[in-house]
Amino acid sequence: MKGLTLDAALARLLIVVLMALTLLPFLSMFSAALAPSGSYPPGLAWPADPQWANFAKAFEVAKMDELLLSSLLIVVGTVPLSVLFATMAGYGLAKFDKGRGRWFYLVFVLGLTLPFEAVITPLYYEIKALGLLNTRFAIILPLIGLYMPFGVYWMRTHFVNTPKELSEAAQIDGASEWKQFWLVHVPLARPAIMSLAILQFLWTWNQFLLPVVLVQDPLQRTMAGALGAFQGQWGTDIPLLCAGALLILAPTIAIFLIFQRQFVAALLQGAVKG
Amino acid sequence: MTNRANQIAGAAQAAPAKSRRRGRGFDRQAAIVALLFAAPAFIMYAAFVLVPLGMSVFYSLQRWDGIGKMRFVGLNNYLIVLTDSDLLQVIGNAFLLAAWFTLIPVVLGLAVAAAIREHLGGPFGTVTRTILFLPQVIPLVAAGIAWSWMFANSGVVNQTLRGIGLEALARGWLGDFTFALPAVGIIGAWVLLGLCTMLLVTGITKIDPSLYEAARLDGAGAWDEFLYITLPGLRQELGVCVTVTVIAALASFDIVYIATGGGPGIQTTVPGLEIYRLAFAHRQVGLASALAIFLMVLVLVCVLPIQWLTRVRR
Repeated sequence: MKGLTLDAALARLLIVVLMALTLLPFLSMFSAALAPSGSYPPGLAWPADPQWANFAKAFEVAKMDELLLSSLLIVVGTVPLSVLFATMAGYGLAKFDKGRGRWFYLVFVLGLTLPFEAVITPLYYEIKALGLLNTRFAIILPLIGLYMPFGVYWMRTHFVNTPKELSEAAQIDGASEWKQFWLVHVPLARPAIMSLAILQFLWTWNQFLLPVVLVQDPLQRTMAGALGAFQGQWGTDIPLLCAGALLILAPTIAIFLIFQRQFVAALLQGAVKG
Repeated sequence: MTNRANQIAGAAQAAPAKSRRRGRGFDRQAAIVALLFAAPAFIMYAAFVLVPLGMSVFYSLQRWDGIGKMRFVGLNNYLIVLTDSDLLQVIGNAFLLAAWFTLIPVVLGLAVAAAIREHLGGPFGTVTRTILFLPQVIPLVAAGIAWSWMFANSGVVNQTLRGIGLEALARGWLGDFTFALPAVGIIGAWVLLGLCTMLLVTGITKIDPSLYEAARLDGAGAWDEFLYITLPGLRQELGVCVTVTVIAALASFDIVYIATGGGPGIQTTVPGLEIYRLAFAHRQVGLASALAIFLMVLVLVCVLPIQWLTRVRR
């Protein structure tokens, strides 16, 4: 038994080291963010005279309030619709899982490993033709489409595993398909729907390629896209860059800490998407 | 839950037998209703994935600067992708990155999982999960910025080296011809480490403890236990880890764009970045599209065997 506890202690030590390594870059950014603006601080050292004003300055130059609003609008435009469509399709394709329905589903699944880069060039010309370049719709519409393979796959897996008797009972009661879906299946699918919504919130908030290619104005972008632009503009002023980066990270981290349990569960389950 | 990965492939065979007993007329009506439910999803998927994919294939057969007239060149662009030394290096870079992105998280994750072999419960577990998942939650762009700073001349990495008297090794890592790619690899490993660790720790708690007891009674050493119980027991989870990390590496864009911009030279340029550059900076839309299609196939070709190898026999 003694060997076991030694193992456990060793494992804990290893985990603590991993945690330290995970936090190190954040701490380093934080210490740099407190150095005088425009200076070249050392990698990790508590500054003699912490410049908390850097955060206020970064907030101002990054126009954080407008950025938050823009990201929120994009999330609100993308996630509810995308989750709704995926849930409906997952339900439909779970019921109709042979012949053409099977093929239909396979077409969706084929998109699971599709790198966004594979369609980014034509998307640019498509969005341009639709007259949507430099608008938030240039991010919202393609994202809904790009989320469908995972969303449909995710929800179908859920619905395939719900007992058939549920539908049959509702059918006997004379409920229409649409009513059955909303009154019986959606309420039961709530955990799966929540996880999907969390994942898509994260992917949208952190989406970088689409804003970089399709939206020039940082204020119409997602948080990640705006951060890219911020780095381009302030990359040489390390304290300001670090302060800005931390500010842009803050909302995500705050939400993550509040919903920690749900996030971890969703990320573990959703790992397949990569 | 993690066996979802295998279901991508597994579901394909498992499902069709279920609803065979129903009547014909019922089938037809049910099919129409089902298709109606799937219609909105399919329309969006078609409009913003299938159509662009078709356009990619079409562009890849043309010579086009994005503005003027297209000229049909057949498979010429694909020939360039497969023979141009720069593009081959770019594709090679993706595989080198894949090694970094995959090996570090999987090996470290396995070490932790094998050593701990119990559920991470209680407050310690919660803190661990929260911290190890942070890199998964933040945008990759932020990881790129943070690590650019870590690897900078006055950053933590050099600070540490100087601190332990290895000053000679200190350098601007991301601008170094030899070390830029490994440095980018470490950024990706940092991002993926927590996820892989937690997946493997979760997986190992599902292995029947009596297997270990039996092994110990048979006089098996720790190494034997790892080799014959832990490793096979984690097959699914390992499959998920490798799949996720390999895709992250082959299709990487954000980290490289931010940390190195592909440089120095093309030492860290990956296909995703090269597609972006070819299409929007060099105005070689045809070649960019051929590389895009190639990348898509490449990801599939790498991921499918992993899925197939790690599928659990039922």
